[in-house]
Amino acid sequence: MSRLMRPYWAAAALALVCSQAADAAPLSISQLMASLAQHPQGAATFSEKKFIAMLDEPVVSSGELLFIAPARLEKRTLKPRPESMVLDGDTLTLERGQRKHVMQLRDYPEVAGMIESIRATLAGDRQALERVYQLALDGNSERWTLVLTPLDPKVGAVIARIKMAGVKDEVRSVEIFQADGDRSLMTIEKRASPQ
Amino acid sequence: MIHPRRRGIAAIVLWLIFLLACAGIISRTHFTTDLSAFLPRAPTPEQQLLMDQLRDGLASRLILVGIEGADAPTRARLSRQIAQRLRADRTFVSVNNGEPVNTERDRIFLFDNRYLLSPAVSPARFSADGLHAALSDSIDLLASPAGLLVKSLLPRDPTGEMVQLLEQLNSGTQPKLVEGAWASRDGTRALMLMQTRAAGSDTDAQQRAMAAIRQAFDQAASATPSARLVMTGPGVFSVTSRDTIKRQVSRLSIISLVLIATLLLLVYRSFSALALGLLPVISGALAGIAAVSLGFGAVHGITLGFGTALIGEAVDYSIYLFVQSEQNRADHQNWIERFWPTIRLGVLTSIAGFASLLLSGFPGLAQLGLYAIAGLIAAAMVTRFVLPSLLPAHFHIHDVSGIGRTLSRAVQRAAALRWPAVIVLLAACAIVVDHRATLWNDTIASLSPVSQADVELDTRLRADLGAPDVRYLVVVSGANQESVLRASERVSTLLQTQVEQGRLAGFESPSRYLPSMATQRARQDSLPPRLLLETRLAQAVQGLPVRAQVFTPFLADTAAARSQPLLQAADLEQTSMAMAVDALLIQQRGQWRALLPLTAPAGVSINADPIRAALSAMPDVLFVDMKAESDRLYSGYLHEAIVLSLGGLVAIIGLLLVVFRSPLRVLRIIAPLAAAVMTVTAGLSVLGQQMIILHLVGLLLVVAVGSNYALFFDRLDPRTPILPRTLASMLFASLTTVAGFGLLAFSKVSILQALGVTVAPGVILALIYAAIFARQSDAESSRA
Repeated sequence: MSRLMRPYWAAAALALVCSQAADAAPLSISQLMASLAQHPQGAATFSEKKFIAMLDEPVVSSGELLFIAPARLEKRTLKPRPESMVLDGDTLTLERGQRKHVMQLRDYPEVAGMIESIRATLAGDRQALERVYQLALDGNSERWTLVLTPLDPKVGAVIARIKMAGVKDEVRSVEIFQADGDRSLMTIEKRASPQ
Repeated sequence: MIHPRRRGIAAIVLWLIFLLACAGIISRTHFTTDLSAFLPRAPTPEQQLLMDQLRDGLASRLILVGIEGADAPTRARLSRQIAQRLRADRTFVSVNNGEPVNTERDRIFLFDNRYLLSPAVSPARFSADGLHAALSDSIDLLASPAGLLVKSLLPRDPTGEMVQLLEQLNSGTQPKLVEGAWASRDGTRALMLMQTRAAGSDTDAQQRAMAAIRQAFDQAASATPSARLVMTGPGVFSVTSRDTIKRQVSRLSIISLVLIATLLLLVYRSFSALALGLLPVISGALAGIAAVSLGFGAVHGITLGFGTALIGEAVDYSIYLFVQSEQNRADHQNWIERFWPTIRLGVLTSIAGFASLLLSGFPGLAQLGLYAIAGLIAAAMVTRFVLPSLLPAHFHIHDVSGIGRTLSRAVQRAAALRWPAVIVLLAACAIVVDHRATLWNDTIASLSPVSQADVELDTRLRADLGAPDVRYLVVVSGANQESVLRASERVSTLLQTQVEQGRLAGFESPSRYLPSMATQRARQDSLPPRLLLETRLAQAVQGLPVRAQVFTPFLADTAAARSQPLLQAADLEQTSMAMAVDALLIQQRGQWRALLPLTAPAGVSINADPIRAALSAMPDVLFVDMKAESDRLYSGYLHEAIVLSLGGLVAIIGLLLVVFRSPLRVLRIIAPLAAAVMTVTAGLSVLGQQMIILHLVGLLLVVAVGSNYALFFDRLDPRTPILPRTLASMLFASLTTVAGFGLLAFSKVSILQALGVTVAPGVILALIYAAIFARQSDAESSRA
């Protein structure tokens, strides 16, 4: 019995240590990633504001997010018009009206960088993140901010940086600063897990 | 004695001259193995199209390549390395493996010409309302995940024409990418799609293309023994068929020659007899090839295969001469007097049978007919006029009278088998009548020398690649490029409604990449002058979160588009669109033609009727189902061949009636042949082999060869028994025929196999039936 229980106890002890330490001590990237990785899947609603220099007003959209670890991310926009973006592995499928586009992430490094940042963060996949970005974490486990700066100049030509803000093990907002000064802010609200 | 000898020498000289002439003709003959043998001599417009497509259409120039084995990264690396090397090779027009090669060039071309190419460009779209609607769509798109991709385009292309064009071009299904290269759905095979510069019917060029692919694979940096290369496509099929036919024909001719020579040696026990006996055969083969070459301009490999088998039949004449005549020169003259009329009649009946094939619209069949006629005449003539003079003074063969006497006794008892034979025959008739619906295979695939495994590989790769199978085509014809493109645009509009109704998944049209001048001009005219557009734009942005000033580049671009020169075919060069236009827009014999291939909705076949009906009002527009068309073509051949064969039978009966002037006697000769044909047909159908056109030729051969036997068994005076020597000669003759044709039954080429399985048993059956139903000589019956 004890052999079977041991990992459980170890995990519980770790969780205890983490939550107690959270109040005071600054959060490390590995701690954040470990806690994010605890959620193999999650559903949330989002609303997004895009500030585009060309446009006088921000463009607002909203919809649902669904993440299934390790590699599937669905973004279903409901307003202003229904469309969906499904990332599965390396394949990105965009659906808009009756049109459907299937693209390979490797062909679109700018898009890939942006989407990978969200997926890898949700998955708590530090390795994947560090392949594309330099990470800087600020705050504690109650309230943290993770800033991603692209390593690849090709990605950097489009994305200046990505700022993620979160509470405990939840990502609450993703703010993308584009190189041309445009930016988008996506706020995420967690829903009950659809299990 | 001097006179006939001089005549003999004259015959030999003439024969040698004839052989030289034949050899001369053959040396200049073109041998083919392509589809030409199967294509009609007087095609309908649909058939002409089918032929052109098979010869050098888009589909005919595709080579589908698969890389199997090893692991996925290795396969993808191999795919990229092969592609990189072959893209530099002039043999290929395009090499696709999913890498974005032309993408950048294509994008620039599309973007620079978007106002001439986009079907959305119309006067209404550039009205204030139209602009407003287009702009709000574009702003919505900005908010979407794809917004990042279109943002930079917005100031120059606020109406989203580029997005329109890209969506139109990407409508086809693409294979999935694994490690950056196309892979099959199950991921176990890397895929590539290549288009050759040469036509699919240019088998030599296709072979070179295949060799280039193979070499690129073998010499790739990542080459590993665990990876395998597979290729398929129409060109690949012609190359492998040619190899198969070549290999089979040469192997079969050697084996059958050895077999027949061994058989004859056993009988004759004399090498000189063997050599002399083969002279008529060789003369016949040469005469046959030369005649076909003169008559058709080229000789098909299948005709040569057929010729191989005919060795077994042509050797009969010398067997008759050697075995039937006594052992001295005088008797050869005697043989000519006694037996030649019978053999001559046999040759004539064969000719009557094969002559009907000459009328066939199926060039392959007509070639076989001509070959058989020329070959048999030459072989018989050489046996009659040349061979007796060539025989040495003391020429003799091994005494076969022992075998003859045994046969004689067997034949006397054969009559006892009459009733069993009648029962077998009745059963055969019943089987044939019962299976009459499934007797014939009238799909053209049945003629294909391509193996089932190769066909399956082709189907798999095609499904994985989503390669066009180009089964359904709409064809627009016209006097010039402009009229054809305009008609294509009208057809496209009609087809688009079919797509929207879900009857079609999609279609291609050359007018998509190269719109007609009229359409381009109309689109140009839809763009308002700069000042007017500026005013409309100011109205259009009202209520939208954007200022009109953002679109200053748009004003400049439309102003430029209004006066830009219209697109010509040459402008597409260096883009992947050029390839499409090249394949879909064809100028031939002073006529222009546009092809619009249709794609069926997934898992459903296209219902041709509504599309045909929708298109029927348009002149010079043809809806073609290539598969149905080729099957119809072949079943037309088949039915024609059946009618012609029956005609041949009538001709044979007519000939015999003229010669014998006795219907009963003719019936007696025809009966065993008909019985043999019926029994073979029943046998094939019991064994589950559906008959193709070559089975029919085989049956005709059974009648031709069998008629000799029936004629030998036929005697005016029933009191003269058949000489044992005659019987022995017939046995040897049928054995050589069986040896020649029997080998074909083991061929992997379906058309050769069909001949073999029909003729070999048919000839034996004809001999047996002839013996069983022969009139019993009085002496024999009184003794019995």
